[in-house]
Amino acid sequence: MKLLSYFRGEAFQRGVHPPGCKHTAEAPIRRLPFAPRLTVPLSQHIGKPSRPIVRVGEEVLRGQPIAEADGWLSVPQHAPATGVVEAIELRPSARGSWAESIVIRVYEASTQEVLWGAPQDIDAFPPQDIVLAVQRTGMVGLGGAAFPSHAKLTVPQGAKVETLVVNGCECEPYLTCDHRLMVERAADLMAGIRYAMRATGAGRAIVGVEDNKPEAAETLRRVLPPQGDIFVEKVPTKYPQGSEKMLITALFGVEVPSGKLPLSLGMVVNNVGTLAALGKLLPVGQGLIERVVTITGPGVARPGNYLVPLGTPLSFVLDYAGAQTQARQVILGGPMMGQAVASLDVPVTKGVSGVLVFRGEDMAGREGRKTYPCIKCGECVESCPMGLNPSMLGMLAARREYDLMGSQYHLGDCFECGCCTYTCPSNIPLVQQFRVAKQILREKAAA
Amino acid sequence: MGSLALSGVFMALLGIALAGVIAFANRRLYVFEDPRIEQVEELLPKSNCGACGTAGCRNFAEKVVAGEIQPAQCTVNAPSQIVVIAELLGVDTGSVEKRVARLACAGARHVAYLRARYAGHDSCRAAHVVSGGGKACAWGCLGLADCANVCTFDAIHMDAHGLPVVDADKCSACNDCVEVCPKGLFSLEPVSRKLWVACKNLADGDTAEKSCEVACTACGKCVMDSGPGVMKLENNLAVVDYARNEKTDRKAIERCPTGAIVWFDNPNFSIKGAEAKRILRQNELPVISA
Repeated sequence: MKLLSYFRGEAFQRGVHPPGCKHTAEAPIRRLPFAPRLTVPLSQHIGKPSRPIVRVGEEVLRGQPIAEADGWLSVPQHAPATGVVEAIELRPSARGSWAESIVIRVYEASTQEVLWGAPQDIDAFPPQDIVLAVQRTGMVGLGGAAFPSHAKLTVPQGAKVETLVVNGCECEPYLTCDHRLMVERAADLMAGIRYAMRATGAGRAIVGVEDNKPEAAETLRRVLPPQGDIFVEKVPTKYPQGSEKMLITALFGVEVPSGKLPLSLGMVVNNVGTLAALGKLLPVGQGLIERVVTITGPGVARPGNYLVPLGTPLSFVLDYAGAQTQARQVILGGPMMGQAVASLDVPVTKGVSGVLVFRGEDMAGREGRKTYPCIKCGECVESCPMGLNPSMLGMLAARREYDLMGSQYHLGDCFECGCCTYTCPSNIPLVQQFRVAKQILREKAAA
Repeated sequence: MGSLALSGVFMALLGIALAGVIAFANRRLYVFEDPRIEQVEELLPKSNCGACGTAGCRNFAEKVVAGEIQPAQCTVNAPSQIVVIAELLGVDTGSVEKRVARLACAGARHVAYLRARYAGHDSCRAAHVVSGGGKACAWGCLGLADCANVCTFDAIHMDAHGLPVVDADKCSACNDCVEVCPKGLFSLEPVSRKLWVACKNLADGDTAEKSCEVACTACGKCVMDSGPGVMKLENNLAVVDYARNEKTDRKAIERCPTGAIVWFDNPNFSIKGAEAKRILRQNELPVISA
């Protein structure tokens, strides 16, 4: 195996080791029933919001397209349940600002059967048609970034993709949805990998799985196709191994150059959740209407991995999972990079991989901690996987020197993993400041 | 000759030669600069705030001397100084209507409900990134004082209920608060604009009133009471058309049920209409779940 000599099996530099807390790793994926009302935001992805193609009062079937892609960097939306469109209006979103959404009142008799779809022979499609079929499914990166998948699978002219990297790391504590998908839907995942390889023209695919999920790696190895062009590799368990740049470093020992995409090394990285969903949806020609979400945390009585219809409000999800009354903080995504939500009216969207609930006593001593001055201990520098200097960036942020942060200290390379804040003994909110700084720089660039 | 003396002579010669170069450069590369630029700059506040639209006080001085801009465009400067500059240059002072920063929100802690309590990094910008902050109204002021902190002129302070108050006398209309507010609630308004909608909530009336007691509920009474075309309802919010500013009238605020629409009788003090509900509460409103 000459090929495997590429693999070094070593972790990337730096990073942190937060406690795993993967309590739901053994919990099989279960369906969540329909909420009485589903709120489907028109913008669940990076790019232009979709354009609604239904009217208020119109009946929609489970799986029916209800909004179309508005341009290339946009995806359609599909009705997650059979019902009637009650409103198309501003509704609370996880980002805080209210966003245009389609509200569907679900018929009580709505079943799990998907009533819309056109089976297609993907194997006969040329690559560009596969990309279009991916766009029709409304697929976005289900790892959390929610970048439209068809745009990621499009290889620009002149570029060549050799390797499809499949991200099965799931390095965030608590989250286990990708883990369960690899164990329970290995066949779908293999089909999805095959489609993605055909769409990008990649000659091989490598699934990177963190070594704390041995049964996932073994399940995948059992269903590997006979062609021998798909490999499963274990990578060390370390946060943020699931970042695409870190995964490439761990698998190949090379670094993605600053400001460049993995494409510059002939690679495309996709999440296992995305590819498993594509493997299931593409042959039947259906749209993305549900996703696996890990609902866990000390504040939940029945933690587990649930197949949640998109648009289900968090309040319904938490009721079903048995959130206790003293539940105090709800986070969408993982505890390191996830986002606390201010309202339980917020729906589960395509980019939500987990819902974490913490009680007051879990948060005691963590909230409102006093921030001390930087003692220049260098812990943040030791932990930054991108090799930045968070200490210096933090001091510049406090002085509002945002331009300097971007031009001299490579703020643009920060992907907000939060390792710096995690290790800082002075409780300095470093990554929070960087988020603000990046937002301001983006605004300035746009102006 | 000893090496000590030699080095002394060498240094002397080098010094003379370089002095010659400097003298030559001073004559041949001399650029005439109007000495009045220096004088005008001395008379400016030197806060480099950018309110005049130039890159800073030096740039402003150059433009004043060149006649591209009038001395009064510097809104920060004292009127007496502006007269001195105008007399120095022998130009008209020019006139600029004073503008002040105004906040399009009245949702202080005792009238606006919370949906969650934010306990993170103490800054509006940071709170806004976390699910928009904890307020029930997604458009409202977060009250963490980014504007007061950024103000160079100490013109903004936070009142007892956590809402920024602008001191119109100190405000130089430099635009810093407008840029820093993550909710975009500040705007620079000429003081002649007296009718003001202190709300940006785009939710429908009932939802808006459930999240904040002083929200604009888009009832439309102000539109009926003001002259034709002066006000209109847009996306569940009353909007003043300032192109017809001279037609605005205090009558417009009188029947506003929540007091979201106010009248700035003087730039520092706004009054609510007679029918606006009186808020006697002093305590913070609780976190609501709906």
